[in-house]
Amino acid sequence: MKLTDLELEMLAGEHGRARQWAVRHQQQVGRMFDAADTVAVAQAHMMADPESLGEAGVALVEGFAALPEADRRVRVPMITDPRGVDLTCYEPLGQTEEMANLERRFVAACRAMGILMTDTCINYQTIMPPVLGEHMAYGDTGVVIYSNSVCGARSNFEGGPSALAAGLTGRTPRYGLHLDEHRRATRRYRVHAQPADLMDWGLLGATIGRMAGSYWEVPVIEGIEGIPGSDALKHFGAAMASFGSTPLFHLAGITPECPTLAAVGGDALPATDITAEDIAALRAPFEARGDRLDVVVFAAPQLSLVEMGQVAALCRGRHRHPDTALIVCTPPGVYADAVRMGHVAEIEAFGGRVLQGTCFYQQYAREIGQANGWTRLLSNSAKIVNILGGYGYRPALATMADCIASAEAGRVL
Amino acid sequence: MTRTLTCHPGIGPTVTGPALVAQDNFSARYDLDRIAGVFSRPQHALYGQSYRDVVLVLNTAKGGVATAWMLHEMTARGVAPLAIVLNRANTILAQGAALANMALVDRFADGDVTTLIATGDHVTVDPSQGLVTILGGA
Repeated sequence: MKLTDLELEMLAGEHGRARQWAVRHQQQVGRMFDAADTVAVAQAHMMADPESLGEAGVALVEGFAALPEADRRVRVPMITDPRGVDLTCYEPLGQTEEMANLERRFVAACRAMGILMTDTCINYQTIMPPVLGEHMAYGDTGVVIYSNSVCGARSNFEGGPSALAAGLTGRTPRYGLHLDEHRRATRRYRVHAQPADLMDWGLLGATIGRMAGSYWEVPVIEGIEGIPGSDALKHFGAAMASFGSTPLFHLAGITPECPTLAAVGGDALPATDITAEDIAALRAPFEARGDRLDVVVFAAPQLSLVEMGQVAALCRGRHRHPDTALIVCTPPGVYADAVRMGHVAEIEAFGGRVLQGTCFYQQYAREIGQANGWTRLLSNSAKIVNILGGYGYRPALATMADCIASAEAGRVL
Repeated sequence: MTRTLTCHPGIGPTVTGPALVAQDNFSARYDLDRIAGVFSRPQHALYGQSYRDVVLVLNTAKGGVATAWMLHEMTARGVAPLAIVLNRANTILAQGAALANMALVDRFADGDVTTLIATGDHVTVDPSQGLVTILGGA
């Protein structure tokens, strides 16, 4: 992988130990994917919750943060994915002081490096949406798939270490989705069942993701009626990325790189039909009608201001069952707006908790479940029900309205 | 009798250990109880089995980005696989292996690696050369 003169200086240690580590890391990854060189990125976005980092990951970043200012500060705007502990609300969830302290240490290290603590996985709705053709080093699969597909940005899945390396160098290895040849469609799907709500959009994305089944497949999808909104495509992409490790899709006639099927090579591919039966088959393991319900979670992705308003409206004049909890996760910026607009008060009057800057599956979900005795969980997010089976939950899926009604009834309706 | 498989050059050191093989995919977040050191997702083909100090042989990566940090965290606590061998890695597995200094290889010339190696085979994974040598059964 060819390096710039500045990268060679970094590799030689002339810009400090952190940047030297960053270039070495990028060399290893770039070689694995035969990257010819690196490309400048406009932003970096880091997934780094303390559960994933552990003591070892936090100590690594603290080591960088302790360097002289010139050696430790990131070179491009760098933002963060949801945190693992809402420091304004962790004891009520059963999170420990040890977890909170790990979180505090990591946040302090990030701030010392000049990282902006946005704590969000919906930065494309709330912070600074990418521009068509802009190269990024984004983490969180939902961020990457939305930014690539809906905005036309160019990013691979950059896990926390690689996003950090990109922040430190301002560049990332040029492979995968930075290259035109990896953005052409490889699978073509024809949709015969129109999504009616956010849960349906997640289910459709999950169905396509499971069928595509690889980071290196690019689905092009036809048959979508009308123009989906941002929250719909958010759930669609997040679920597709979760079930398929898929980083990019094209919607024929809708997304910016795909004005026609032919523009992405989709006209030359055989079409696979997506039917209501395919979607029902994906949903079947997440049915739980009649079961006693421990917790309803709205998260993964975090809720937009519009979704906060929808949940609040459903909560109005009602109250949760005493044995069923409600948790809502939203970015700090949206939280502030939602307080101002009265949405948080309405959700709290229902008996719900609104967490700021976290996402449920990224905040020690196993330990929270054990501390509260929660196993049966209900959500409208196809992504979160896909993840939480491995964390000891029995996750089920329902629409936003049915989730609130179930929380009120204490059982899955 | 030994047999050597050729793959794309990968990441990490040369290691030798027993293989644990399944026709399934991998995510540290989705599939593992990282404290207990076992596969914890009930639907996974390796559910309940320990992944500690084995050469994991699976199909591809799935899910999100957390594995990029988690392999490092698992290695630091000494509850980690020796190596991960896949038909096709995604970017996250590569980034995680680089941080953790864990052996990772993919893209085999001989076909589906989950059918070429059996659970219990002792294998040497040489990422720098892009070679996996099957030394025989345990």
